[in-house]
Amino acid sequence: MNPSLSYRKAFQAILSRDLTIALRHRDDIVNPLLFFIIVITLFAIGVGAMPNVLMTIAPGVIWVAALLSTLLSLERLFKNDYQDGSLEQLLLSPCPVFILVLAKIFAHWLVTSVPLILLAPLLAMMMNLHPDGYWALFLTLLLGTPILSLLGAIGVALTVALKKGGVLLSLLILPLYIPVLILATAAVDAATMNSPYQGHLAIIAALFFASLITAPFAVGAALKVSTN
Amino acid sequence: MNTSSSLVLTADNLSCIREERILFDELDLQFKNGDIWQIAGANGTGKTSLLRILAGLHEPENGNIKYKGTLIGQCNEEYHQDLLYLGHSPGVKAELTVLENLQFNLQLCGQNTDQCVQLLEQVDLYGFSDTLAAHLSAGQHRRIALARLWLTDARIWILDEPFTAIDKQGVKRLEQRVLEHADQGGIVILTTHQDLSLPTSRYQTLTLERVFAL
Repeated sequence: MNPSLSYRKAFQAILSRDLTIALRHRDDIVNPLLFFIIVITLFAIGVGAMPNVLMTIAPGVIWVAALLSTLLSLERLFKNDYQDGSLEQLLLSPCPVFILVLAKIFAHWLVTSVPLILLAPLLAMMMNLHPDGYWALFLTLLLGTPILSLLGAIGVALTVALKKGGVLLSLLILPLYIPVLILATAAVDAATMNSPYQGHLAIIAALFFASLITAPFAVGAALKVSTN
Repeated sequence: MNTSSSLVLTADNLSCIREERILFDELDLQFKNGDIWQIAGANGTGKTSLLRILAGLHEPENGNIKYKGTLIGQCNEEYHQDLLYLGHSPGVKAELTVLENLQFNLQLCGQNTDQCVQLLEQVDLYGFSDTLAAHLSAGQHRRIALARLWLTDARIWILDEPFTAIDKQGVKRLEQRVLEHADQGGIVILTTHQDLSLPTSRYQTLTLERVFAL
């Protein structure tokens, strides 16, 4: 009926809209990043001048900080859209909801996780991470942060209609992050000990693809429930 | 193109319960091409709920809605292409300019965005195209959302309080557009607390009563 309807165009439209909004609303990008920096800095200060201790806890601290800063930024993924009514319009678009949701999650990842990934090596240096671990840290963050965004989006979609969903969101989502956290820190640890970590990476990649395929559908269903 | 009296949208035996209160029960509705329906009723009688059910945003407690004889849940893509729903909140992003908002709304429905500037003229927003929506009034927000009405292939319009915050001149324009759409074979379902100034023979009114019994 409508020949110009294209899924790719709808994906691009949402992506560019969300990126434009994020760039005009710069605290959305800066706040989670500052939080990430501050949490890691606090750890470094709290532990004190003990390079060996820092070296041991570095992968875990960096990953937990990444996880919390993702959680901090997740809520605005659907909240504003829900409040101003554009979420209803998304759900009523002729395009399948999972494509639109995927575009939103991708935009969210670009805005919050990419700066974090780029900044991580600097903070790793502050945490005295073993030089062999840098590459592994980068790769685990690159593969792991999209999982955080994808799984987190399900929780946000479920709690978007609640007035104070923040705490509930953390309770829902943080347990789901545990496998990623275990695998990622184990991979970085393995790399610092000069042992192979490709196995860990492969499982993280598998988790990534599994969540990439399933999460958008779950988010779409959850949004329908939330707006009901 | 299509027979003028064909049933495009039918609702069978609809009922809606909110917070253990029956809003409406066993409602049968048939919308034909060219129909304008005004849903009336006091606050809290379920006007918005009915519209949301018809749009497929809200699950009815009972009953079903069929689009061209198919349940709307089973022909989402087709139904959504033919549907234009404007809810209570206009769905306008404060961080985007007027033009960007309109372009996005059109792109989402797969529509051409070449004529955006002319559309803004239709809703008296000409000259505001590069203004951020955050700097505009509630009425102007609604106008941004309503601009789509002047360029849409959707035949079924479901408008929830479209006249809210719109000035008299704008209301007149909008009613004109609604009539035009119905004359071209479209269906308009709207709620409003004001009286429509359309010829009474042109529209039907469904008044929802408050049901007390449970």
